[in-house]
Amino acid sequence: MIAKRVGGALLTLFLLSLVVFAMSLLMGGDAAEAMLGQNATPEALAGLRAAMHLDQPSWQRYLAWLGGLLRGDLGVSLITKLPVSTLLAPRLLASLQLAGLTAAVSVPLALFLGILAAVRRGSLLDRAISMATIGVVSVPEFVIATLMVLIFAVRLHWLPALSSSRDFSSLHDVVRVFTMPVLCLACVVMAQMIRMTRAAVCDALDSSYVEAARLKGVPPRRLVLGHALPNAIGPIVNAVALSLSVLLGGVIVIEVIFNYPGVARLMVDAVSTRDLPLIQTVAMIFSAAYLMLVTSADIVAILCNPRLRHR
Amino acid sequence: MNTVPKSGVAHEAQALKIRRRRFNVSLLLGGTTIIFWLIVALVGPMVAPHAPGQVVDLDVFSPASSALPLGSDYLGRDVLSRMLIASRFTVSIALLATLLAATVGVFCGLLAASSGWIDAIFSKLFDTLSAVPSLMFGLVVIGSLGASIPVLIGTLATVYSPGAFRTSRALARNIAVLDFVTVARARGETLSYIVLREILPNLVGPLAADFGLRFVFVTLLLSGLSFLGLGVQPPNADLGALVRENIAGLGFGAAAVLVPTFAIASLTIGMNMVIDAVSGGRRAGGRR
Repeated sequence: MIAKRVGGALLTLFLLSLVVFAMSLLMGGDAAEAMLGQNATPEALAGLRAAMHLDQPSWQRYLAWLGGLLRGDLGVSLITKLPVSTLLAPRLLASLQLAGLTAAVSVPLALFLGILAAVRRGSLLDRAISMATIGVVSVPEFVIATLMVLIFAVRLHWLPALSSSRDFSSLHDVVRVFTMPVLCLACVVMAQMIRMTRAAVCDALDSSYVEAARLKGVPPRRLVLGHALPNAIGPIVNAVALSLSVLLGGVIVIEVIFNYPGVARLMVDAVSTRDLPLIQTVAMIFSAAYLMLVTSADIVAILCNPRLRHR
Repeated sequence: MNTVPKSGVAHEAQALKIRRRRFNVSLLLGGTTIIFWLIVALVGPMVAPHAPGQVVDLDVFSPASSALPLGSDYLGRDVLSRMLIASRFTVSIALLATLLAATVGVFCGLLAASSGWIDAIFSKLFDTLSAVPSLMFGLVVIGSLGASIPVLIGTLATVYSPGAFRTSRALARNIAVLDFVTVARARGETLSYIVLREILPNLVGPLAADFGLRFVFVTLLLSGLSFLGLGVQPPNADLGALVRENIAGLGFGAAAVLVPTFAIASLTIGMNMVIDAVSGGRRAGGRR
């Protein structure tokens, strides 16, 4: 069952590599022309095409590209002429730091608020939380980031509006660099997670076995923690994984706004300079990460719910 | 509803009343907002006081005055006129893209629900599409095809057709096994008759809600792309592009950046309120 899910994900990843590669075929003109500029001689163009294997049929180029990807050879950036892996490594680390910090902040907080909202369903607190989360879910990330910059950087002067500084000499600097982007990302991710957690716990609390436990006189705290929660864990972990996949989209906008030197920022720059090897690699990384999160959400859901194993 | 075991009949009745009142308020508020933006998109450019590209103010980011009700932007252009044009771009591109996504998604979804091998192919295809994070997909497509309005509409529609496909497929599968469809099959009706006349009419309600939700997602992604400079290109602008070009005015709280920001928020929140009110507010959040 789990092997089937993983196999399905790998198949999807393979199809994706086809899609991503097909994009490069769609792009008008070819890379050799782009590299040599307008006044290139036909001989130079032909030579470079041969050197870059652009004269081979597309399926051969696809196989070569895929093989390189699997061996960790990511190709060379068209613009900077540096190997993609050299460009990518520090950026990937920076993005992982940002994502990791965001996850560390938002997951516990979102679970707490989601469960609280479900337990106090219909209360003022619940309604406030659900209004706030609807608001955040239905607003683009850059609006949230813009408002936060307006409040914390412009009006209150607490934090810098950009976080491009890489000076981590003291804790103070680290806090100044990360607070704003992490806060914005956490807002976006948490809104999702709270809504889904609340829905999952509400479902569990509505079930007849919880009703029975309640009639038996089980105290509220044990009712929620001991009876309802274990059965809601599957959906909750599912919600966490799905929300973290939202992080992958949100991180693009946030890195651009705060000028944070991460992978997504690199991607946006690559798109504006049409640096194809770079675009392809980053797109594959993001899609693979996304697939991994979604697949692990599926697997956890199967592990936590024996009924799903026999479907 | 009964979290408190001792909740009496009176309590239930009151809860119902509160719910009904909230239903009406959010429907009214959200509906008014949506209709307002539709009217702005329709007639806005005709009543704009200035041409959108015309520099009318020597000062940049000047505050609102009687001559310029929303002040001027980073080049001294009239923000009100630019807002009126931009909302037409945002609303029309988002509507067209949603329509395209819904048509493709629902058509394929209905086909998939009525035939086994088509289902297998389409499901895998749309699953693959939805495995790319939506903004990343937009970046790749626009990176290789260049930013133009047809490409933009196509990209947005491609990103959100898998969602429409999955919804309509799930709904149609439930209906395809009902008795009246079996009867129609036994009568020897053609596939197109069964799909269009027997199944589709039963999906109109849920699909309308799904359409609204998808419109919100499309608007969000469109604004995001434009904000990154990959959406509507100058001299034209949509709401996201307005935020992008005037972001320097954020420091002094210029209307040029705040008004489009709140415009996007009101459009999407308004739509969400309508959907929430209509579908009973039991929808769990989801951005895709």
